[in-house]
Parts: sequence; C-alpha cells; structure tokens
Amino acid sequence: MLNWLQRLGRGALDNFAGLGRASLFLGHTLSGLPSVLAHPRRVIAQLHSIGVLSLVIILVAGLAVGMVLGLQMYNTLVDFGAEASLGPAIALTLVRELGPVVAALLFAGRAGSALTAEIGLMKASEQLSGMEMMAVDPMLRIVAPRFIAGVLALPLLSAIFSAVGVLGGYFVGVGLLGVDDGAFWSQMQSRVDFYDDVLNGVIKSVVFGIIVSWVALFQGYDTVPTTEGVSRSTTRTVVYASLAVLGLDFILTALMFRDV
Amino acid sequence: MSEMTGSSETLVQVRGLKFSYGRRVIFDGVDMDFLRGKVTTIMGPSGTGKTTMLRMIGGQLRPDSGQVHVDGQSVPELSRRQLFELRKKMGMMFQTGALFTSMSVFDNVAFPVREHTNLPEQLIRDLVLMKLEAVGLRGAHKLMPAELSGGMARRVALARAIALDPLMIMYDEPFTGQDPITVGVIMQLIRKINDTLGLTSIIVSHDVAEVSAISDYIYLISNGKVIGHGAPSQLAASGSGWVTQFMHGQPDGPVPFHYPAPDYATDLLDGAGHE
Repeated sequence: MLNWLQRLGRGALDNFAGLGRASLFLGHTLSGLPSVLAHPRRVIAQLHSIGVLSLVIILVAGLAVGMVLGLQMYNTLVDFGAEASLGPAIALTLVRELGPVVAALLFAGRAGSALTAEIGLMKASEQLSGMEMMAVDPMLRIVAPRFIAGVLALPLLSAIFSAVGVLGGYFVGVGLLGVDDGAFWSQMQSRVDFYDDVLNGVIKSVVFGIIVSWVALFQGYDTVPTTEGVSRSTTRTVVYASLAVLGLDFILTALMFRDV
Repeated sequence: MSEMTGSSETLVQVRGLKFSYGRRVIFDGVDMDFLRGKVTTIMGPSGTGKTTMLRMIGGQLRPDSGQVHVDGQSVPELSRRQLFELRKKMGMMFQTGALFTSMSVFDNVAFPVREHTNLPEQLIRDLVLMKLEAVGLRGAHKLMPAELSGGMARRVALARAIALDPLMIMYDEPFTGQDPITVGVIMQLIRKINDTLGLTSIIVSHDVAEVSAISDYIYLISNGKVIGHGAPSQLAASGSGWVTQFMHGQPDGPVPFHYPAPDYATDLLDGAGHE
C-alpha cells in the first residue's frame, strides 16, 4: 500500500516537474523570437522541411476525407431532398472541424515526430552541447526557428486540407452523384461565414500549431540521450500532441460555436 | 576571490570543488591549476568525473561549492550572456566529434565563424581551409560527416574548435577507440597546435602512454579527490600504490580486481541451492 502510494506520489511529482520544464522551455523559446525574426532564412528552411514535405500526406488525406464526406452526406441529404445543401455541409465540416483537427493529427505524426527525433538525436550525439560550447544558444539557433515554422505551417496546411477536401466533395457530389453545380457553390458561398467559420478554423489551427510544435520540440530537447530515449520521446510526441489537439478542439469548439 | 585568479601564469584554476549527482559524490574538494601554454591532462578510471570537470570549466554544470576561474572570471557566477562571451575563448573537442550531421565538413568548421563574426564569405573560405589544412583535411572539405572515419571526424572537430582562435582547448577522450595511426596523428596535432598557436590545452583521458608522451602536467583523480599530480616522469616514478597501479596498468592493487564479496570458499560451500 505504502509502495503504491509512493509510486503515485513520485509519478505526480515527475509529471509536475516535466510540466514546469516544458513551461520554462516555451518561455525560453518565445524569448528567442526577436533573434529568429532577424534571421528569416532559418525559418524558411524549416518551413520547407516541416511544411512543404508534409504536403503530400495533407493533399491525399484532404482529398480522401472530402470524397468520403461527399458520399456520406449525399446519402443522408437526398432522403430529405436537401442534396443542394451538400456544398455548405462539406465546407462547414471541413473548415470548422476536420480541416484543423485532421491536419494537426497528421502534422503531429509526420512533422512532429520528425522534429522530436531530429532534436533528440542532436542531443544524443552531443551536437547541442557542442553548439553551447561554441557560444551558440541551441534554443535560439535550433528550437525557435522550428517553433515559428511549425506555427506558420499548420494553418497553411489546414487551409490546403480544407480546400482539397471541398474539391473532393465536389468531384463526388457534382461529378458522380449529379448534385447541381450552381447550387453546390452558391449555397456554400451564402452559408459559410468568413468570421464565424473560416477565421475560427484558422484560430484553431494556429493553437494546434503552437501545441504540436511545443510538444514535439520539448520532447526532443528533454529526451534521455539514448536510442531508447529518443524512441520513447518520439512516441510520446505523437500521443501527447494528438490528445492535446483533440481535447483543445472540444474546448475551442464549445467557446467558438455555441451561438452559431 | 583567490589570490591566483589574476595570475598571468594560470589560465584555469579550480579550488575546493565539490559536486554530486544525487547521492553520488563526484568531486570532494578538488584543487587544480592549468597553466597557460601548457598541455595538462586529467586522468583517472572511467566514471571518476573527468568529463564532468570539463563541463564545470565550460560552465555547462555548476559546482555544489568551490571555485572555477577561467582567465580571471568565476565561471559559476557568470550570467548566461557573460558565459557565452567566455566560451568564445574556449574550444572543445568532444569524444564523438559532435559534428553537425546535416552540414558538410566545410560548413561545420565555418559554423562558429559565421555565428560570431560578419566576415565576408571569401575570407571565411580562406580561414576554414587554413584550419582544415592544419589538421590535414583540406581535401575533405566537401565531405559530409557520415563519410568520415572516426579519426577524421575528430580532426574536423579539432579544426572547428580552433576556428575562432581560442585561448584554450579542451579534449574529451581524444584517443578512445582509434587505431594506432590515428592516435599518433591526434597526439601530434594536440601538441603541435598547442605550441604553434600558443594555446592552453586540457585533455581528459585514461590512455597513459599517449598522454604521458605529450603532457606537461598530469592530474590523477579517483573517488572525488586528486590522488596524484606532477610531470609524467614524476608520476611514473611515484611511490604511491594507487598512482603506480594506474600508471602501469596493474590489474590488482589499491583498486582491487575483485568486486567486494563474501569469502570465496564459504560462498561456494554454504551457498548451494541459494538463489
């Protein structure tokens, strides 16, 4: 009984200590933003490896999700003779929810895990220590540009995901199932609000970008510098970031769309 | 402040250093002096805190108590900004080389120069090629770290460590795992670079023959204390049992061959079926 309590207490203390380290890490990263802005090329290089190299999976997943949405929603709407509402139904689902959330989950799996492994291996091979001994702060040189790139990349990837998803839905709904072309686009235009729907979706993806980048970079920086440690940190990144995205999505949705 | 901090003779001074990892005592009152222009080596068995000492001098770890002065500055008391300024005067060669795997040999050596100066790229090129020439790897400047042997990686790390013309350079186990030719090359480079560039070198190693050949002074540490120090010839002739055992690689002595255990015969006879 005492052992069990001891383990519980130690686990809780370890978690609080980790949370403290993660908060300090975020503070240190944010303090490096002015230095990052002075070297925009470093961010651009990271935008390529984090954002551009995630494009394929985002495009394929967006198209697939949009096509499935088109198929499923048509089957429901046609029963009520409301298939003309297919356009707004697909667009709202993607822009408000699936775009930011699925893109963030894919981003955590594709770019987040890569970030953790990269930073973790740099730590394990003493590259971060070496940089410190060369009087170069790895938080400013390595972490901060990747953080900014992650926060910028995810909203763009989410937007691309939603756009491609709408095209997928259009292809299935209009191209294959015979929904009226004009009704599809005009209803979408009249029912999707820029501020309530599009902007809220963008805000969600910015928040998810911050969370996923923070978790991924911290897990890499805080890793136990061994092969097994890096492997565990990479797994933790995907699990923690995905759960955080799903949990935050519920909170943000409750705050943003309660009156819509 | 100690009376030695302003000494022009001593570049690095350690006084009364105490440090523990949790309950494990690493240093229990260590004093050391590293003289300018000399090659000084810290030796001792694995796990005695030799690398930890380098990290203390470089300010990556803070002692529990005691003083570490480098070029007159108290390292543990420096702010992060001051520490980074001081580190520009230090070079360090890590055991693994710690080269940036995403950069070529050239870019690795150019890295500290690009970070800390605004020199034009043509000048950086000349500077980098000169440093690589000094370690015999000018011809390898386009290679990636993955294409280098272990010895070549350490020589590139050495070129990078001297890129900013530091006051001192620290070597963490420079000979470990290298073939005899590479060991010879690194030994020669350490001594030559120290003397021609007027550096101060601190080596951490347990390779007795190699460091005895190139060091001006050696500190032997064990169980958190300095148990012997002097010129290599003095240590080789030392009457201390521990120093003799270490310097001559004797398997048994003050450091016993056997891990502490109950009596052998009793253990064999009485322990039947036990565990």
